[in-house]
Amino acid sequence: MKWYIIKRLLQIIPVILGVTLIAFTLIHLAPGDPVRTMLGQHATQQEIDEIRVRYGLDQPLYVQYFIWLGDVLQGDLGRSILSHEQVSTEIGSRFPNTIELAIAAMIFAIIIGVIAGIISATKQYSAADYTMMGVALFGISMPVFWLGIMLMMVFGVILGWLPIGGRIDLLIPFQRITGFMIVDSIITLNGAALISVIRHLILPAIALGTIPMAIIARTTRSSMLEILRQDFIRTERAKGLSERKVIYKHAIRNAMVPVVTVIGLNFGLLLSGAILTETVFSWPGVGRLVVDSVYSRDYPLVIGCILVFAIVFVIVNLITDLLYTFIDPRIHYD
Amino acid sequence: MMRDNIINKKASVIAIVLSAMFIVLFFSGCTETTPEVKEKILIFACGGDADKLDPADVTDGESTARTDSIFEGLVEYKEGTADIQPCLATSWDTSTDGKNITFTLRQNVKFQDGTDFNADAVIFSFERQYNTSHPYNQYGEWAYWGYMFSDIEKVEKIDDYKVKIVLNKPNAAIMTSLAMFTVAIVSPTNAETWKEDAFKHPVGTGPFKFVEWVKDDHITVEAYDNYWRGAPKLDKVIYRVMTDPSARLLALQAGDIHGMEYPDPASFDLIEANTNLQILTQPGMNVGYIAINCGYGYNDSNKNGVRDANEPWVKTPGYFEPFTKKSVRQAINYAIDKNSIVENLYKGTAIVAKNGMPPFMLGYNDAIVDYSYNPTKAKELLTQAGYPNGFNTTLWVMPVSRPYMFDPTKIGEAIQSYLEAVNINVNIYQIDWSTYLAKTQAGEHSICLLGWTGDNGDPDNFMNVLYGANQCTLGTAGNVAFYNNTEVQQKLSAALQTYNNNDRAQLYKEAQVLIHEDAPFVYLAYANQNLVFVKNVKGFVLNPTGRYFFYPVDLT
Repeated sequence: MKWYIIKRLLQIIPVILGVTLIAFTLIHLAPGDPVRTMLGQHATQQEIDEIRVRYGLDQPLYVQYFIWLGDVLQGDLGRSILSHEQVSTEIGSRFPNTIELAIAAMIFAIIIGVIAGIISATKQYSAADYTMMGVALFGISMPVFWLGIMLMMVFGVILGWLPIGGRIDLLIPFQRITGFMIVDSIITLNGAALISVIRHLILPAIALGTIPMAIIARTTRSSMLEILRQDFIRTERAKGLSERKVIYKHAIRNAMVPVVTVIGLNFGLLLSGAILTETVFSWPGVGRLVVDSVYSRDYPLVIGCILVFAIVFVIVNLITDLLYTFIDPRIHYD
Repeated sequence: MMRDNIINKKASVIAIVLSAMFIVLFFSGCTETTPEVKEKILIFACGGDADKLDPADVTDGESTARTDSIFEGLVEYKEGTADIQPCLATSWDTSTDGKNITFTLRQNVKFQDGTDFNADAVIFSFERQYNTSHPYNQYGEWAYWGYMFSDIEKVEKIDDYKVKIVLNKPNAAIMTSLAMFTVAIVSPTNAETWKEDAFKHPVGTGPFKFVEWVKDDHITVEAYDNYWRGAPKLDKVIYRVMTDPSARLLALQAGDIHGMEYPDPASFDLIEANTNLQILTQPGMNVGYIAINCGYGYNDSNKNGVRDANEPWVKTPGYFEPFTKKSVRQAINYAIDKNSIVENLYKGTAIVAKNGMPPFMLGYNDAIVDYSYNPTKAKELLTQAGYPNGFNTTLWVMPVSRPYMFDPTKIGEAIQSYLEAVNINVNIYQIDWSTYLAKTQAGEHSICLLGWTGDNGDPDNFMNVLYGANQCTLGTAGNVAFYNNTEVQQKLSAALQTYNNNDRAQLYKEAQVLIHEDAPFVYLAYANQNLVFVKNVKGFVLNPTGRYFFYPVDLT
């Protein structure tokens, strides 16, 4: 197992080299120029040329890539062309926000999705099954943008229960330490902040978690149905075990392997795909950052974000693979 | 069996505790009130985050929306106008040749970090931008300097409270330019402390001092108690980033914020029906237009911004024979129903334009009678020009919305159908924004949509930049119609050197008559600027420059 993990972690290196090389080439081939974006409509050619030299944009592409790679190996992702801020600071200040949102969304999706899937499977063709799968279908087809606005309108404006966007009530004093606001409010024993942060998290987590919830519900249902038809379940039943025990003790665990795969894949997608939710809920996350940086052709920032995404994807996939061994002892990696 | 029971009990207890916590948190919104706050804190929702907080090194409105609370310049705009009044300078004298302006500086003013405001601070703030050997020149791009302030040769210290700005030629627009954020005075000690990171730690002399910046979330400023005009009424202003206009409005309705910019025009009725909200509207300092490439530009080989004798007129890459003819350009002006476009596509957020700068500016010529919507007349003019059966062309359409071009794709389609009605078949072409700018400045288009938002409130910033023959520089053209009327350029150059406002206005009016006749542009719209506040926000005044000043604002 140890060697397997080390081997998988080492695989990050070629993945990152490949991903960054492709990203570097593509973003530079795409039309558009960060210097013009920065200097605006009235820049003179002389100004544009000077800035291009300052940022090394006048060098051939392969030279730019190797300079960037050399800097990265020394722990320097460079500075954003547009904001002048360190790329690591730009990403670091937003990444915890996206992680917190993705985890909250995933918790929502897993709890609701797995429960709904199990109920649907055990009560196949019942009214509950049809209702839940109908809701799941609705969840998959619903535009996140629309769902977000509706949630804000109902729970924020009409009922007034939950806040509209943002991470915390800005009138509550808050001390940032790790950037993970739930963690920070617990470390600093700031109860008011903790409540406010969780209240701000609920609606975006539901909006972002609805599609994975629906996918998880449907996957759990089909996986459960398949397991429930297998011989060993029939044997359990024949042994006289109660239906509850058959399902909770034997069926669920066996049905979870495909569900975990779906969860792993969706978690990776949530991290990078939270852009719409982040926009609607004014969430200062990395999804918005990467889209903005692509629009402004802020090369160092785009490549920095892609680098981080690649690492996260590889790690999430690794964790998913490792989880299989806990769920199904028959799976070994040695 | 026993173990199962224990697990079940444990699970039940955990489930009950978690459910209780969730219910408490969820419904606490019904009863939770923000802790009793005596401070007056105004939360204003912006459409985006600031790029940097160094006023000299930014070109975007979101950055200046924040820096305008923190920094001040030698002069400033009078509230709600583009007229100039003293600020950190108490008075100034202009030499008879118009090339030297001596400023007397305000005394007993301190920066928010305690540094004295004096001539050294002024020299520092200017010199770092134009002197390439200045140690702080390397920390910024100073994008506006070359474009707006290149007539400033140097800034000299006369004594601790007197500085002289030396111009290399008279420039009647320089005083309005000096009210721009670009030349706001920054604390030299603060710049020395933070060096290349000073843009994250802004310190000026303004009414609010910087507190914190959480990227993409908010920037907070608080009242500067030692402000020379007296402390502001608000204790804090929080600029919150909310990129989605619907979310901004919902937050305003829910009472989470006090004000917002860029409301969606589709929601104007909703806002007006809400007795708790107020909408502030004013004509903005901008113009949206169709530029018809007249065909000739020049290569500004010595980059002096003026066409010299050895810089001949050459065909632009987008040269298209019919557009070199005045009657064809006039025909296009007659063919398009601007009223309908403004009413239906700008959705009430703009007024119809007939000149190249907005109506409230010095020298606006209201006597000009606009081209009416008259397709028959357009066809006649096309026939006269030798195109009785029309022709085919390609319209370049901006890929992004701007206030002056509210929905470029739909506007482009509307123009396409209007021109088709007079037998001009139009293909629509779109490309990403920075490439669009680069290519239109290089004259690659035959006809394109574009517009302009003014920088300093001076007519020169529209007339010379957009319509002067000197601006037909291939690659960096401000005049994307490549309209090269020498007489117009002479009037615009003369106006820039005329310090008497009446004489100056007259020159601009005459230039507008010539431009109207030659018809290189179809002026579409001047977009309004709109802000929405809750009713208890008092004292906010809209400015033609689109800048936000929270000093006079109060929460009642």
